[in-house]
Amino acid sequence: MTGPVAGGSVVGGPVLGGSVLGGSGPVLEVRDLHVEIATRRGVVRAVDGVSIDVPRGEAVGLVGESGSGKSMTLRAILGILPPEARVTAGQVLLDGTDMVPLPTSALNRIRGPKLAMIFQEPMSALNPVMRVGWQIAEGPRVHLGLSRSKAAERAVELMRRVGIPDPERRFRAYPHEFSGGMRQRVMIAIALSCEPEVILCDEPTTALDVTIQDQILRLLSGLCRESGVSLLFVTHDLPVVAELCQYLAVMYGGEIVEQGPVAEVFAQPMHPYTLGLLRSAPDVEEVRSSLVPIPGSPPSLITPPPGCRFHPRCGFAEADCQVEPPPLRLLTGGRATACLHYERCEESLEAEEAAR
Amino acid sequence: MSAVSLVTVAPEHAQPRRAHWFRQASLMAGLAIIAIVLFMVIAAPLLTSYNPDLQNLNVTLQGPSAHHLLGTDQLGRDTWTRLLYGGRVDLQVAFIAVLFPFVLGTGLGSLAGYFGGWVDMAIMRLVDIVVAFPFYVLIIALVFVLGPGERSIYIAITVVGWVSYARIIRGEILVAKRQEYVLAAQSGGLSNLRIMGRHLLPNVVTQAIIYAMSDIVQDILAIVTLSYLGLGIQPPQPDWGTMIADGQNFLTTHWELTTIPGLAVVVVGLGLSLIGDGLADLLRPGQS
Amino acid sequence: MGRMSFVFRRLLLLVPVAVGVTIIVFFMVHLIPGDPARTILGVHATPQRIAILHRQWGLNRPLLSQYWLFIDRLFHGNLGQSLIYGQSAASLISGRLPATLWLIIYSAVLAIIISVPLAMIAASRKDGVRDHLVRVVPLLGLGMPPFWVGLLLQLGLALSLHIFPVTGYGVGVGGHLRSMFLPSLTVAIALSPVVIRSLRASMLGVLGADYITTARSKGIPGRRLFVRHVLRNAVIPAVTVLGINIGFLIGGTLIVENVFAVPGIGQLMIESIFQRDFPVVQGITLVFGVLVVLVNLLTDITYASLDPRVRFDR
Repeated sequence: MTGPVAGGSVVGGPVLGGSVLGGSGPVLEVRDLHVEIATRRGVVRAVDGVSIDVPRGEAVGLVGESGSGKSMTLRAILGILPPEARVTAGQVLLDGTDMVPLPTSALNRIRGPKLAMIFQEPMSALNPVMRVGWQIAEGPRVHLGLSRSKAAERAVELMRRVGIPDPERRFRAYPHEFSGGMRQRVMIAIALSCEPEVILCDEPTTALDVTIQDQILRLLSGLCRESGVSLLFVTHDLPVVAELCQYLAVMYGGEIVEQGPVAEVFAQPMHPYTLGLLRSAPDVEEVRSSLVPIPGSPPSLITPPPGCRFHPRCGFAEADCQVEPPPLRLLTGGRATACLHYERCEESLEAEEAAR
Repeated sequence: MSAVSLVTVAPEHAQPRRAHWFRQASLMAGLAIIAIVLFMVIAAPLLTSYNPDLQNLNVTLQGPSAHHLLGTDQLGRDTWTRLLYGGRVDLQVAFIAVLFPFVLGTGLGSLAGYFGGWVDMAIMRLVDIVVAFPFYVLIIALVFVLGPGERSIYIAITVVGWVSYARIIRGEILVAKRQEYVLAAQSGGLSNLRIMGRHLLPNVVTQAIIYAMSDIVQDILAIVTLSYLGLGIQPPQPDWGTMIADGQNFLTTHWELTTIPGLAVVVVGLGLSLIGDGLADLLRPGQS
Repeated sequence: MGRMSFVFRRLLLLVPVAVGVTIIVFFMVHLIPGDPARTILGVHATPQRIAILHRQWGLNRPLLSQYWLFIDRLFHGNLGQSLIYGQSAASLISGRLPATLWLIIYSAVLAIIISVPLAMIAASRKDGVRDHLVRVVPLLGLGMPPFWVGLLLQLGLALSLHIFPVTGYGVGVGGHLRSMFLPSLTVAIALSPVVIRSLRASMLGVLGADYITTARSKGIPGRRLFVRHVLRNAVIPAVTVLGINIGFLIGGTLIVENVFAVPGIGQLMIESIFQRDFPVVQGITLVFGVLVVLVNLLTDITYASLDPRVRFDR
């Protein structure tokens, strides 16, 4: 990152939650994470200097298009990257301990009791030959040392908690006997089974029917409130973030381009990409007059554009945008943006308002 | 020949990339091996002056020497010569033998795949029945019934071997016939035969050709095995299987008589398998 | 219950195949031009033998009634009369069957012992050095004539090193295990290239599956992950692969019995061929066909009991 720029301090440390709310520090801190993937065509910089904080008991949304690096970020946090990918720099602090250098055996003790993950495709994410109840009970047996019967009881309880009807009987069922929404509930039960502090969510509602999506989101936000578990929720779907999260970070081309409390970011976006997303998303609270998709296509992560990665698609781009990659700058009120000319967004919105 | 399990994958109908075929390591290695073998076998009269049937009871069971590159067998016949001429017979029969099941299987498989319905069911039932018999059992039984010799080998291999081709081609056609160019041809009023022959087949036949490579290996093994048992190529025609059988009596003293013909089979098998693998990699990029 | 009806449905599907098997075996006789009896017997033709065959097969009757005769006798366990031994073919065959069954089971076990670890080694690090080494095995292995491999094993381990007996069946379970090791190993080696290839592919499929990622994200330690998640799923396609190749395995026993002089039905078949004992040859062909069909049924049932998704299909 370059040195301080006038108009705000450079982000390198805690951004959200902690400093604003003044409560205990964030439970999960990602600092300047870099993930590279080795491919035949070159090295892909899938995650290029990402920093996010997840405060205790809050839900943070991570938004971006496919290919922006959001899933990779989650996997890097948990340490389950595909074999071609590796973390090349950065830290992932869970309760203050950096997970990046930890060996697999140590990571395995964290996964489950401290950190859990739910995935996008519940059908393929569940072991097809293992009864659902035992898949839920597996975590407690391995990590909490529960006996078979105790673990089974706990699994039934969890199934009830996530809203699976008739849990005693459904315990012995196999994944293919459930519908998509039910399978996702099973995944959530699995994630909750060892009472983690943070649950990483990789687009868990994307593959679901809209009505089911709603139910699952309500389930998640309920759990968040009741048990104080934090969520890091990855999605490309803005309305979902609006419903579930208190904070959000916007990702583009492997980098975070904007952060802040959800309501404020939606009302007053400070990055042209965020503005573009809001304009192209239906159903968001501040509905625009027409849906306008963002022109152009995502940047190459092997040879990204010089300067700001968004500038080729940006309506407000200027000469200085192409020179150096703009750093993420912390502004007041817990907001951060990587746009050198973020005021343009406000101007553009006001112009739209005036035109109506 | 059901020894090679058929793990067929949805085909990508890319035409072979002619520009890259020479870069395929396995393909080139395989072609090199087979080329060398074929050369040696075809040029046999140039590489040896002996006659494969020539017996010389004065020089039986000799080791390698200046006169006899690989030694002699129990009747004083030169091993090197018999290896070359035996190769001629075995390879010739194998390469021809693979054609009949190929044609028959491709034909029946196309009919089954294209027309579906009871044609498909009937042909597939037939496949199930043939497959119910172990490969060698049926071949041996057929050769027994028809009498030993080359002709029986061709018939037996055809009767048993068409099955794999039929399955492959049927599978390919089932997928291919949904492609747009087929629908276009059908709506253009072309006859079924023409569609199958000119449009479908050229695209699907590549899978069968790849399989044919491993099939030739299976055929060579079958021929050599039958001859070993005395049911295949009949003496005095030289053949690798018979050589192995002859050498079996001298296993402890002159193991080379048994080992060398077998090695020849392995080498040919290696070459053909490499070609098959190379072709498969070529036509399905990114899969191994 | 799902499983019962599944088995029943599978059995039903077998009926046409079984019928077809009998038809082919029956027709083996009639493939021959001229008087089948005379041609079959060839050099060994004597008027008595020809007459016996004519009577057995009812060769002067119309084809269909010949077939009914054949089926009828089949259901009474009558496979015909051996021309050479004078006893019923069925009793001859059943006397020799145990040795062949031993060979089949022993070979299958050895094939699994050889192939599964090798496939695992190859799949654990795809495209690594060990993977490439393992993939060379099928290239060489597919070209090796099974009987030749058998001879080499005989030479190396029996004749030279005297670890195993050269030929024969042995006495008692221990004797069988020793005597049948080399023949079974030969068949297993012949089968392994194909099985390794397919197992490797299916293991790669399982290893890359999403539920394995989920299990990793749950912090399941390596060994438990491997056994409960990877293996449990990889076994399913393995059973299928073995099932597909079982025909080859059974056929392989035919050749190997001859090399190692194992007194099973394979050796009997070759002997009978050279003695022109047609009823026995026909009977053995039928038995082989039935064996394969039964083993396929067994494979299907095993597969269904391992994979819970199957029982609810169709």
